[in-house]
Amino acid sequence: MKLTVENLQMKYDQTTLFDNVSFSVQDDDWLTITGESGSGKSTLLKIIAGLVDATAGTVKLNDKAQWDYEISDYRQQVSYAVQSAQLFGETIRDNLDLPFVVRDQEPDVERQLTLMHAMELPEDYLDKDIHELSGGQKQRVGVARNLIFPPKVLLLDEIMTGLDGATKTTIWALIKQMQEKYHFAVLSVTHDSDEINQAQWMMHVNDGKVVLDEH
Amino acid sequence: MSTNIDVSNLSLVLSFGLVFISLAISYQQKLNLEKETIISVARSIIQLIIVGFLLKFVFQVDNVWLTLLMSAVIIFNAARNAKYRSQGIPGAFQIAAVGLTISTVITVGILVMTKVIEFEPYQLIPVTGMVAGNSMTAMGLVFRNLNQQFNDQQTIVQERLALGATPKLATGSIAKEAIRTGMQPTIDSVRTYGLVSLPGMMTGLIMAGVDPIHAIKYQIVVVFMLLSATGIASVYASYLATRKFYNQHWQLVLPNQK
Repeated sequence: MKLTVENLQMKYDQTTLFDNVSFSVQDDDWLTITGESGSGKSTLLKIIAGLVDATAGTVKLNDKAQWDYEISDYRQQVSYAVQSAQLFGETIRDNLDLPFVVRDQEPDVERQLTLMHAMELPEDYLDKDIHELSGGQKQRVGVARNLIFPPKVLLLDEIMTGLDGATKTTIWALIKQMQEKYHFAVLSVTHDSDEINQAQWMMHVNDGKVVLDEH
Repeated sequence: MSTNIDVSNLSLVLSFGLVFISLAISYQQKLNLEKETIISVARSIIQLIIVGFLLKFVFQVDNVWLTLLMSAVIIFNAARNAKYRSQGIPGAFQIAAVGLTISTVITVGILVMTKVIEFEPYQLIPVTGMVAGNSMTAMGLVFRNLNQQFNDQQTIVQERLALGATPKLATGSIAKEAIRTGMQPTIDSVRTYGLVSLPGMMTGLIMAGVDPIHAIKYQIVVVFMLLSATGIASVYASYLATRKFYNQHWQLVLPNQK
């Protein structure tokens, strides 16, 4: 698997957020993206996820342009996880069912429970009202939605912001463990110093310029 | 029972004094509504005079095409009004025009076929006005509610899209909620008919000297008619307008953020 970003540009009115951004990631890569607030890191991930259109440039998955894929199929393979995940429906089950629904599959409860266990959420929480969950629990359910079907590329948009140490460790361990097993690439926008220290590849977005280097 | 319902010109002028009560309240409470009140009153008087003469002409001519043209003008105006309430939803006028035509043709068509009303201009045009007016209000509420909900729930909608959901799946219950908002006022007002207010059609007939028992029959038909009209208009507006919140790449596009 190879995800290629070619000459991406994002402009709002007359302001250029970034220009000529090109890079690629492959299986097992972990790219850490840093930069000032408002530098366009999140927008970059959203463009890669296909949730926002760039003003120029292309994103390719295995040398095929993202819009040549069936949209749902592309987003299942390039999965975007967000800071402070908003849960939908009434229960955790509603959230963990959606990845099955978009694939026209019957929800596999066994698989849902395995993932909940890995996220250190009790099994009987499957039908728990989402409004009774803590912020950390909500975020774990949010990330579980992205991992229940392992993607080819996992996009993490500051998913650790505001979480306590234990929750961070749990989420981190699961993502690492699943990456080792399924070999997906990770693009992670972060301000988290631990993550930055452990980074394999670093990309810094600043003043519309992107600098890529091995850490 | 007296059936003299002709208001003399003198009575009309004297009743204009009621407007001064409204102006006095606005002035005394510093509501700054005086100018708006005067303009609204002037507009309504001019519009009603024009409509009065126009209707008299159309009723006298009694021509099918002229009747249909008049109905089309009503629908056109209602669609324009619904568009103004859409707060920038793309294609709102077309959605409203087609939706209002469908709701009016179905509802009025059933009334004509069941012989509740006759295909006569003096019956068809006022009924078309009632159906289109209520459908327009329902559509306006649907449009406003969709804007509100998509704004409030944009993160959730985007997260569903990010997981591979189609726009329909990502919209969740938003479209349904908007339909409910469109239909609810009609259901609420119908519930209190006769208890709180004597509704318009019935009041008009009673004032014209019609037996109240005959008047309520018409009013009951109006209830059925408004439920059907607002239902059709709300469903059509909601499903069609929902699509306008997404582009061809299944991305959420909020009208006021373009």
